[in-house]
Amino acid sequence: MTIYEFLYYIIMPILSLSGVLVFVRFVLGPSLSDRVIALDLLITIGIGIIAIYSIVNNMPTFLDIAMILALIAFLGTVAFSYYLEKRDKNE
Amino acid sequence: MNDIIIIGVVSLGTLFILLAAIGLVRMPDLYLRISVTTKAATLGVGLLLLGTALYFKEISITTRAIAIIFFLLLTAPIGAHLIGRASYFIGVPLWKKSVIDDLKDKYDHKTHGLKGHDEGGKNPAQEQEELNEKK
Repeated sequence: MTIYEFLYYIIMPILSLSGVLVFVRFVLGPSLSDRVIALDLLITIGIGIIAIYSIVNNMPTFLDIAMILALIAFLGTVAFSYYLEKRDKNE
Repeated sequence: MNDIIIIGVVSLGTLFILLAAIGLVRMPDLYLRISVTTKAATLGVGLLLLGTALYFKEISITTRAIAIIFFLLLTAPIGAHLIGRASYFIGVPLWKKSVIDDLKDKYDHKTHGLKGHDEGGKNPAQEQEELNEKK
């Protein structure tokens, strides 16, 4: 079993399963904050999938996209928490 | 040999990500879920990126992987703190079996700052003194 087969047939399905589990929490989440956290973790798992994909396809340029995704995830979390707090103040 | 190291590192990272996902579904409380996503997922993705850096072995790609890891380590605690703080203010409930809520009645819900001891709330140092006097 080469490293490519291992990554493609074992690691990628497990990562996808984690994504599905996180999406379950995204749908169920009782409060808005739960959904924000689930979105954050979904993007973090996406970074991991991109890293594995860049090994399988031998394309290291994909890592640039992972960097941008990390940036956007942080900005999204900060913006969501900022507006959650503001909304509470106005009510 | 190199392949074995990469497989080991990547498997460990994937295990941590899977544990984070299971924890996000199974944990009973928002604050426990925040702790899961911050610690386990950051470690897992860090290990996956380390595996990528070990595979390509070029200085530009290693730098890129280290930059992403550094950025994740820097931003994950800040994001978790912000969302936890905002959720506490908007009144997301704690788990029923939580033992202690240290911040109860210590926050001013209008200004979102800690209450001073002249406004009625006691600050921690004063409380400690009173406890010592009682003893």
